[in-house]
Amino acid sequence: MSARPRLPPGAAASVALLVVFLAAWEWGPGLLRIPSYIIPSLSEVAREAVRMWQVSHVLMHTGVTAGEVLAGFALGSLLGAFIGYLLGMSPATEVALSPYILALQIAPKVAFAPLFILWMGYSVYPKILVAVLIVFFPVMVNVLTAIRTVDPDLINLARSFKATRAQIFWKIEFPASIPALFAGLRIGATLAVVGVVVGEFVGGNLGLGFLLTFGEGQANTPMVFVSIVLLTLIGGIAYLGVVLTEQRVLHYLPGRNANRRVG
Amino acid sequence: MARATRLEYRNVTMRFADTAGRGVTAVAGVSLAIADAEVVALIGPSGCGKSTLLNIGAGLYAPTDGAAFVDGERVEGPNAHVAFMLQKDLLLPWRTVAENVMLGAEIHGQPRSQRRRRAHELLDGFGLGEFAGRYPHQLSGGMRQRAALARTLAVEPSVLLLDEPFSAVDAQTRMVLQRDLARTLTRAGKTALLITHDLFEAVTLSDRVLVMSARPGRILEEMTIDLPEREDPLARRRDPRVNDYVARLMDRLQIGEDTLEPQAIGGGA
Repeated sequence: MSARPRLPPGAAASVALLVVFLAAWEWGPGLLRIPSYIIPSLSEVAREAVRMWQVSHVLMHTGVTAGEVLAGFALGSLLGAFIGYLLGMSPATEVALSPYILALQIAPKVAFAPLFILWMGYSVYPKILVAVLIVFFPVMVNVLTAIRTVDPDLINLARSFKATRAQIFWKIEFPASIPALFAGLRIGATLAVVGVVVGEFVGGNLGLGFLLTFGEGQANTPMVFVSIVLLTLIGGIAYLGVVLTEQRVLHYLPGRNANRRVG
Repeated sequence: MARATRLEYRNVTMRFADTAGRGVTAVAGVSLAIADAEVVALIGPSGCGKSTLLNIGAGLYAPTDGAAFVDGERVEGPNAHVAFMLQKDLLLPWRTVAENVMLGAEIHGQPRSQRRRRAHELLDGFGLGEFAGRYPHQLSGGMRQRAALARTLAVEPSVLLLDEPFSAVDAQTRMVLQRDLARTLTRAGKTALLITHDLFEAVTLSDRVLVMSARPGRILEEMTIDLPEREDPLARRRDPRVNDYVARLMDRLQIGEDTLEPQAIGGGA
């Protein structure tokens, strides 16, 4: 164990699990006589990926989806954070708006996708809008909760130094809310993909969501699998981006960086 | 040697509405005056309104009746002459120790170079010079509390309001911190109101001890501590007369006589 201090315990098992999974994917369907239109083997999916690269403009579709995810995530996060801070600083506004916000939060956001297509046509905008709506809530709720749970003694400390309302916000409340903001952004990063894909299911002929339904229509199961893998990749990269940014921004918190010297 | 009065409470009464909507009187008709460079300790049972008095002095609460005065001026809100320090260090985790110490000066709009110089002076004085660039979580509890004291002093207040500043640190660290505080107060000639539950702390650090009653808080007794070496509580602690003062305070607070009496709800608010 002490021979490899860099690897956390379980890392080797994690890699072994991946190898087992890929092997099972490649040979499992054949051994269990599962037809390839139900579960295609790994090599069939890989062949389909190459074919899609050559003839189906898969890079372009991936780019469209990634762009929509990025736009939806960015706009939804900004809007969620802005409204979260606004409501957090004005309890009266929060009381007035909370029933409507709750109703909108309970409503399944993806169900709005057909409506947005009706409004905006088969463009990228309805997809982005679904992502904005779905990313908005976890970010807003996290920020709002964080602002409301700032230690009142910290506020009093700033007040005792005669801080203005703006100074209290920028020097105490806003930095105190950053960990919760990032927790919301992490959730939002994965949800943005869901919003965009549902939008692409409903209408249009662009994006991985379109490729996915197109593959389904042709009973091309490997194509569905390739699309799912690429969507997971987009979500993973978005999530990783948030986590890396978070580690840089929240460097002052204990235990964020394993190799940090503490003295 | 009649010294000017720095901090004064005139007939201060504070009533709050409790959760059931009834009025609760936290403090009732409290009057006290603290002279320049004097250190006064305030003791009393939990929930007797000690912290309420402190918040009124800091201008964070407006009293229901009466008023607090600093240098003869009525306290209408937070003001630059008064700074407070609590049991919690209230260091901001996203700021380095030096940046935390500079917080007050920064809010006051002091130039960066000036406030940085002051912060480093204070940190050096408290033996924290090499930790100026560290973050609070990298410091021990005693060091954090010392940094909090430096932050309190950085705004150069004439009056310090201290609410159980050392009750969260271990006993040995507390004694060292008490000595640091006593030295600082004496050398800088600061006026201080020290709220504490620790009777030894009250006697060894102050010129005068005020005993408050259970809620509604009133001042029951005033005891002048006639001992030398207020700047060195460790030396005072060895003085056998300290025990006599503490024994008298225990009698006055009836410690051990009615320990089963339910304490007032609501902590120090």
